[in-house]
Amino acid sequence: MLTGALIVVLSFAYVGLLFAIAYYGDKRADAGRSIIANPYIYTLSLAVYCTSWTFYGSVGRAATSGIGFLPIYLGPTLMAALWWYVLLKMIRISKAHRITSIADFIASRYGKSHLLGGLVTIIAVLGIVPYIALQLKAISASFSTMLQYPNVTTASTAALPVLQDNTFYIAMLLAAFTILFGTRHLDATERHEGLVAAIAFESVVKLVAFIAVGIFVTWGMFDGFADVFSKAAAAPELNALLVQGGAAGNYTTWASLTVLSMLAIILLPRQFHVAVVENVNERHLNKAIWLFPLYLFAINIFVLPIALGGLMYFPAGTVDADTFVLTLPMAEQKTWLALLAFVGGLSAATGMVIVETIALSTMVCNDLVMPILLRWKFLRLTERPDLSGLLLGIRRSAIVVVLVLGYGYFYLAGEAYALVSIGLISFTAVAQFAPAMIGGLFWKGGTRLGALCGLSAGFLVWLYSLLLPSFAKSGWLPITFLTEGIMGFDLLKPQQLFGLDGLDDISHCLFWSMIANVGCYVGFSLWRRPTANEHSQANLFVDVFRHVAPGSGSRFWRGSATVADLQTLLSRFVGPERANESFAAYTRSQGITGIEQVTANAVLVHYVESQIAGAIGSASARDMVASVVVEEPLALDEVMAIIDEASQALAYSRQLEQKSLELEAATNELRGANQRLQELDRLKDDFISTVTHELRTPLTSIRAFSEILGDNPNLDLEQRTKFLGIITRESERLTRLINQVLDLAKIESGAADWHPSEIDMREVLDDAVTALSQIFKEKRIALELQAPAQIPLVMADRDRVTQVVLNLLSNAANFCDKPDSRVTVALVTEASGLRVDIADNGIGISPSDQAVIFEKFRQVSDAAAGKPRGSGLGLAISREIIHHFGGRLWVESTPGRGSKFSFSLPVRSGHFSSIAA
Amino acid sequence: MSARVLVVEDEESILLSLEFLLGNAGYTVVTARDGNAALKALTPLPPDLVLLDVMLPLIDGFELCKLIRANPALRDTRIMLVTARGREAEIARGLALGADAYMTKPFSTRDLMEKVRRLLDDGAAQKNAG
Amino acid sequence: MIGPTLKGQRLVALFLFGCLLFNFPLLSLFAGSGRIWGIPLIYFYVFIAWAMIIGLMALIIEHKDP
Repeated sequence: MLTGALIVVLSFAYVGLLFAIAYYGDKRADAGRSIIANPYIYTLSLAVYCTSWTFYGSVGRAATSGIGFLPIYLGPTLMAALWWYVLLKMIRISKAHRITSIADFIASRYGKSHLLGGLVTIIAVLGIVPYIALQLKAISASFSTMLQYPNVTTASTAALPVLQDNTFYIAMLLAAFTILFGTRHLDATERHEGLVAAIAFESVVKLVAFIAVGIFVTWGMFDGFADVFSKAAAAPELNALLVQGGAAGNYTTWASLTVLSMLAIILLPRQFHVAVVENVNERHLNKAIWLFPLYLFAINIFVLPIALGGLMYFPAGTVDADTFVLTLPMAEQKTWLALLAFVGGLSAATGMVIVETIALSTMVCNDLVMPILLRWKFLRLTERPDLSGLLLGIRRSAIVVVLVLGYGYFYLAGEAYALVSIGLISFTAVAQFAPAMIGGLFWKGGTRLGALCGLSAGFLVWLYSLLLPSFAKSGWLPITFLTEGIMGFDLLKPQQLFGLDGLDDISHCLFWSMIANVGCYVGFSLWRRPTANEHSQANLFVDVFRHVAPGSGSRFWRGSATVADLQTLLSRFVGPERANESFAAYTRSQGITGIEQVTANAVLVHYVESQIAGAIGSASARDMVASVVVEEPLALDEVMAIIDEASQALAYSRQLEQKSLELEAATNELRGANQRLQELDRLKDDFISTVTHELRTPLTSIRAFSEILGDNPNLDLEQRTKFLGIITRESERLTRLINQVLDLAKIESGAADWHPSEIDMREVLDDAVTALSQIFKEKRIALELQAPAQIPLVMADRDRVTQVVLNLLSNAANFCDKPDSRVTVALVTEASGLRVDIADNGIGISPSDQAVIFEKFRQVSDAAAGKPRGSGLGLAISREIIHHFGGRLWVESTPGRGSKFSFSLPVRSGHFSSIAA
Repeated sequence: MSARVLVVEDEESILLSLEFLLGNAGYTVVTARDGNAALKALTPLPPDLVLLDVMLPLIDGFELCKLIRANPALRDTRIMLVTARGREAEIARGLALGADAYMTKPFSTRDLMEKVRRLLDDGAAQKNAG
Repeated sequence: MIGPTLKGQRLVALFLFGCLLFNFPLLSLFAGSGRIWGIPLIYFYVFIAWAMIIGLMALIIEHKDP
């Protein structure tokens, strides 16, 4: 005999045990020795997927549709194979951005949108409420059933006044437990190690209990699997359950349920919580990929034997198939097995409720309530020093509210459906997250507008074609709503929308809601170009594996803040103690010793934002941080330009490269200019140096002889005359040099005075030859002038041209040393003008010297012969003069044979001199 | 026996003045107007002092300086550079190549003769010591 | 664990294979009323296929690439 008291005590004892495990888990976590940091605990925590639905409901489902209960477990098995890509990506993103719920995830993905976060939260809460109701119904039913032990009847679970309904108290008890462990403190990571430990323990309990019952039924009541099946096959009403296509329903249902459960395993708020948020190490995912399906496999092996056993054992219709797990041991008087089954069912239900409500409360707080509260300026929340108390209060209230809603749904609609059917309503609701979520993971083009429209459309279809009908079936809405559609519109019948018939209600809803959802998501995403923020978030999410994990959100930020402001801000949301810990962790991670060394850079701002995001959600956190940070947002096109290059670094380096190329070009130009300057400088130095040398040489003689004359008054007259002669000559040389330098400088700078006139070149040559004839005679050099009778006049400065001729003639004289030396001056008329050749038969000029003799101070190095030298400027000046009048001066020479200097001057046509004057 | 001084200078008038000054002071003067002639004048009887113009045709003063210092037979020969280029770099180069003194053109004849005398006295002292 | 590793690709292939196994029309091949070792054909098929998928997953995950 089991009394109610015993069952209650047992229930409390079990919950107390969970409490102890959770407490121990938290203690170990605080001590840094986690008990959950291994893939096995991770897998067991994922098994929170198996709820009362699995524990009780599967048997019920199998009793009506045979193998039809299985897609719910085959879907996750298949999905597990994709976890490698999908779940890993979600984990990586969530860790990088401190995402704490699925609402946060979707809001964050689409540009940290409050609206989207709120919408996801509302859909999640409304969608999950039936699911929570399912758990309450299961606990309540199992409790009522146990109370009648050993009698086995299906107790009514509904319609008691609330305060007399033990289901209500169960709901409140679960709320209390959840509050105790789920909201003990605020943590940016939103992780609860103790809770995970307790959940994993529950997964063990429910598995052990279910398998124990299964073994008892299969081998205790029957003689193994074959016996169960053969006896069932003998019963005609059961035979249909054993073949697909009979009671198992059509393949469409099968496929929709598979798809639904595939999505549910990653999109259910509690699954997201345990798989992503509570994930300690992403490597744990590896083992979970095959261990989790194995768990599902194990817990499903005995579903059919129990279902068939129950159907054969109990007279048809007397016992609800959803309770077979409990009622079979009871009917066989196996008290302890029945109690184990009861505890197993309790495990399945409590595990789900606790994790689900924590996940939902986090969402409600972070993505629904806080954004609204923070927006209400009159609350002056942003000025309160410590908001952590308020945050905890909101979460605790949210937990209670969610459970009350669950109870409300159970109270209103719970009786109309079997467990699995209620659960599927929730599955279909969370499946609405799929386009925004999976699209957001792999498609950069998804926008906030697309996600909002898709979610809203899908949600409305779900509401209309699945949730409202469930109320109608329970009598809370007129049943005509189902049979005639809204206001009699046939096409709007909620479960035969637009006349679509022949699908079960889940497949029907899934079809229409996904059409609406995906259609709107894609359609509106493509409607407009994404904003800079959306674009940036899309890149961070889709390319998460390409970005470095921590602080990656800071790439697109620039601004300024103070460390003190950020610390104050953080302590307002997580409390001063946690804030200090966070900053200490930050300083450690940055490899600096003290907080005073922290600089308020983009990394710190991102860190603080992500810490606050854990407490109030990413969208609100962004607003909060923005309140203390003077942000300079990047312009849209700036961000686009950066991101569209697929990598910011690439773009930057390209810009840098361009800049550095420009810089290099400028440097080269400068270097070139500098080289030219240096060259000019060197030339100037050379010139000055050479001039100096040329000036010093005569000066040296002048001074030396002057001093000699001064110091030696007794010198004989001859010597005295000789020395004075040298002094005079050197002075003249000095004067000449100075004049030539000035002359050249004038010509080169264009400041020289020119007196051009029409001159007769023959006259010029005559004068020059006459002037030098005495010198030539002294040197015994024959001088000959050859000129035609009639020559054209040229326009030139007569004195300058005479200077040139004299210069060339004296050069020629200087280079003639042979006894039979001769110099010939020839005047030649050419087509374009006049040419003067001055040829000697002297030593000649080597080809290398020919190239340079017209440069300043470049003299032929032949002083070995003891020849007197000129200033080295004569030829340079001559060339300048000839050039000035449009002519040319050049030399042809064979060393040893003599040289011929020639110059030409252009002729003005028609002007001739006449010899016959 | 009076000291032998080789004057290497391509500028006729300067050569003349140096010849007069040194001869007047009682030195035996040998002259050369370019590098090749100077090399010939160094042997067989090494001069005690070489007055060396830097800007010389054929072989310049620095090169001559190097050649003199490379010849062991000429280790007692003093070298004085006489240069019209007063740049420090060139003076330093000359000294580094083994010149004992330098004179910048135009020079004070008294300073020049004083330096010549001192160089020859030192040289004589060394020769006596050695 | 980043990018299209061989492991990841094998898992995706397995996913597609599983989708094939657990759907029409393959499923309909086992819709008859036969039994293997006393177990109805469809149950036997689904559970064996399921076990095989899990086994392959384990093999892929635990296999150490040289």
